[in-house]
Amino acid sequence: MTIEKPKMDEGLRNELQKQGVFTTTLEGIYNWGRQNSVWPLQFGLACCAIEMIAASMARYDLARFGAEVFRPSPRQADLMIVAGTVTKKMAPQVVRLYNQMPEPKYVIAMGACAISGGPFKQGYNVLKGIDRYIPVDVHIPGCPPRPEALLHAFMTLQKKIENQPLTGANRPRHLQADAPSEFPVPKFGVHDLEPPSNPTVWQSPKMVRA
Amino acid sequence: MLPKDAGDGESLEVAMGPHHPSTHGVFRMDVVLDGERVVKLKPVFGYLHRNHEKIAEGTTYLAAMPYTDRLDYFCSLTNNWAYALAVEKLAGLQVPERAEYIRVITAELTRLQNHACLIGFLAQDMGASGTPLMYAFREREKILDLFEALSGARMMCNYMRFGGCRCDLPDGWLTQAQTVVAEFPRFIDEFENFLTGNEILMSRTQGIGRMSRELAINAGITGPLLRAAGVDYDLRKVDKYGIYDRFQFRVPLGDHGDTFDRYMIRILEMRESVKILEQALPKIPAGPIVDPKTKLRGFRPKAGEAYGRIEAPKGELGFYLISDGGPNPYRYRVRPPSLINLTVLEDICLGQMIADVVVILGSVDIVLGEVDR
Repeated sequence: MTIEKPKMDEGLRNELQKQGVFTTTLEGIYNWGRQNSVWPLQFGLACCAIEMIAASMARYDLARFGAEVFRPSPRQADLMIVAGTVTKKMAPQVVRLYNQMPEPKYVIAMGACAISGGPFKQGYNVLKGIDRYIPVDVHIPGCPPRPEALLHAFMTLQKKIENQPLTGANRPRHLQADAPSEFPVPKFGVHDLEPPSNPTVWQSPKMVRA
Repeated sequence: MLPKDAGDGESLEVAMGPHHPSTHGVFRMDVVLDGERVVKLKPVFGYLHRNHEKIAEGTTYLAAMPYTDRLDYFCSLTNNWAYALAVEKLAGLQVPERAEYIRVITAELTRLQNHACLIGFLAQDMGASGTPLMYAFREREKILDLFEALSGARMMCNYMRFGGCRCDLPDGWLTQAQTVVAEFPRFIDEFENFLTGNEILMSRTQGIGRMSRELAINAGITGPLLRAAGVDYDLRKVDKYGIYDRFQFRVPLGDHGDTFDRYMIRILEMRESVKILEQALPKIPAGPIVDPKTKLRGFRPKAGEAYGRIEAPKGELGFYLISDGGPNPYRYRVRPPSLINLTVLEDICLGQMIADVVVILGSVDIVLGEVDR
């Protein structure tokens, strides 16, 4: 069920703007502030991290989107860019870093390895996508994705933040008291990570026969 | 931080990594400290073990080529070359002259961007956050544009083939490359102007992390690290693989084996690479780019073994292949220079300050894709 929000008359808004009075909603200005100062975690796993660095350098200039402040500590970061292959040895650390980030937090899975295991999918030590353990907001395909692709993913995330309602059933996770902000860290089992995936975040795709 | 021998308050065990901004990837150093001095250091690898060798043993020879791109992801073209060299030895293929020139040109361009970025990262490890790295990446982008025009990809070029290269140079590529190479010495001068005489850089690097000649030889160190320790060993001179015997260039050598020498060797090697490129670019002949005997489909080299090695920007990169006559290698082994250069990390870090460990690791030049494979 969607609640119809009270809309301001556009003509009145224009008239007020001419007088130097700007009107907005609390939700609008709150999300506008959040979307333009997303601080990513300085966290590179493999090849894609180099393209992530390239995106933050002068030519592609991630600073245009308010995201040049790469924080080395997860406690100061809003966005985790999972850039590279997540191996089974590294997966618990990635989940733990995600748990250490404060809400609201977002995840971009960058590159084929982070979204599915990519070219190394058949490897015995490679996790087949980080979305098995943590919720991912934006997936970027590519091996590695170009810096422009990362910028596009970033703009997609900004749109998502912009459109998040602060009230109602669709409000984001950090405004829901009972929603989890930490996810269980997998452990090393006899043959594989235990559990192999987090069922509240990821279910294996159902095959649909035509 | 985990206090060791809790109570005496003297030695402290610190786990640096796997998520740490100075470890250049997912790498952990378990450091035992006495005050700020390092008493013990244990490198822990394997956070990026991607089963490269196992996957390559299960696929055809050609299908392993894109995986070599992802070994040392800064230098995909030199990785391609080392692997192609091993397979060419195994199958007895001859590389046409034009392809040899293209290989030399691309390999030296790779060396230029690798060393430039390494120095940028090294300066960042010393606290010059961002600016030197931005200069280095500005130059790297120019070289990546050349790679993209050549192979279609910025980083993962997958360009070389057994007995040659995948495709010919696009129109105007050589003039564009000549412009980039002609402008490059100006960048090195600018970089040196900012860094080499810098007091902070000198005091953070001179006499820090000294590696003796004997240690370097005994541990099997190769590449700029070995030459910084004063050993004259460069595979481009020793093996003369490809057509490196046709070019005039010198092998810079260090005197003290400290971090400053390792920094300086990279600067001098960039200057020598520019010299090689200036000689190679005008002389490139016309002709085919791939050996007509080579077969892309149904490629089955006869049973035997081969070891191909080149002087990659980080050291001796070798591929050891055993063929049993089948379509895929029976054994496929990579000799990664980064991993072997890392084995002396404890020896050169002992007795240093913890802040210098970061700089020493930066000067070793590791890429975790190659260390863990």
